[in-house]
Amino acid sequence: MILWFTVVQLVVAVTAGLFCLIMGFAGRRPNDWTVGSLALIELLLVVQVVMAIASPFAGNPALGDPLEYGVYLVSAVLLPIGGAIWALLERSRWSTVIMGVVALSLAVMIWRMQVIWTTPMGG
Amino acid sequence: MSTAPPSNPSDSAPHPEHSSAAPQPRMRGVGRVLVIVYAVMALGATGRSFVQIARSFDQAPLAYSLSAAAAVVYIVATLALIGSGRRGWYRVAWVAIVFEMVGVLVVGTLSLTHPALFQHQTVWSQYGLGYVLIPLFLPMVGLWWLVTHRPVAPAMPHAAPDGAAA
Repeated sequence: MILWFTVVQLVVAVTAGLFCLIMGFAGRRPNDWTVGSLALIELLLVVQVVMAIASPFAGNPALGDPLEYGVYLVSAVLLPIGGAIWALLERSRWSTVIMGVVALSLAVMIWRMQVIWTTPMGG
Repeated sequence: MSTAPPSNPSDSAPHPEHSSAAPQPRMRGVGRVLVIVYAVMALGATGRSFVQIARSFDQAPLAYSLSAAAAVVYIVATLALIGSGRRGWYRVAWVAIVFEMVGVLVVGTLSLTHPALFQHQTVWSQYGLGYVLIPLFLPMVGLWWLVTHRPVAPAMPHAAPDGAAA
């Protein structure tokens, strides 16, 4: 992982999460902005997958456990899809709140991935 | 307004405790937020448990077995909550969430009184401190939800004279 890109992902995920939570608790149903923010996180994660595959060949290997990193990354890529499906079964304020919960969870996962990538194994 | 068609005779009988005559085949409203939190915990616990067992089960078999049990409990709780409009799944949800509550309290306490047993982290170590205490509060919220959202008791299978309420 590359630190500046991780920071971009974190900023997007946290912002999207807070945005969706605030909109949701304010009673707003899902709209292009809230769903779009989740889609943006997913897009960045797909880019992250490509980067994670390419990075070792560019001299940036994962220092931590690649299995743990891979499990986190796959989970993170799948979560917005499952979360959006679950959220959009209804079109209520809680749908928006659900998307906010998913976005904040992704922020935590992205942060964890950064830690795993940069922390040598064997602790 | 219901997103799912009525699926059994009790749908057509008005029920005194609920404004909607249809039992809820799927979680609605704020309960769905509870489900997504459980689902995220299930995802994280399963992933973590899988990596722990694949990598180094022999190093801490007790802790990692508990991790696996926790992951299973979260998965079962998530699925049972989704179906908790029905009595069978409602009972499964009770069992899973009570197990979860007991688990986090017991493992949390043991991780403090017998740290040698828990040198490797589990979801429930230190009452879920590694997960911002979410594992401690989540079952409390889950139990509150189950107490306040009992499934609709099946009504007598006869049609009311004024037909089904919306």
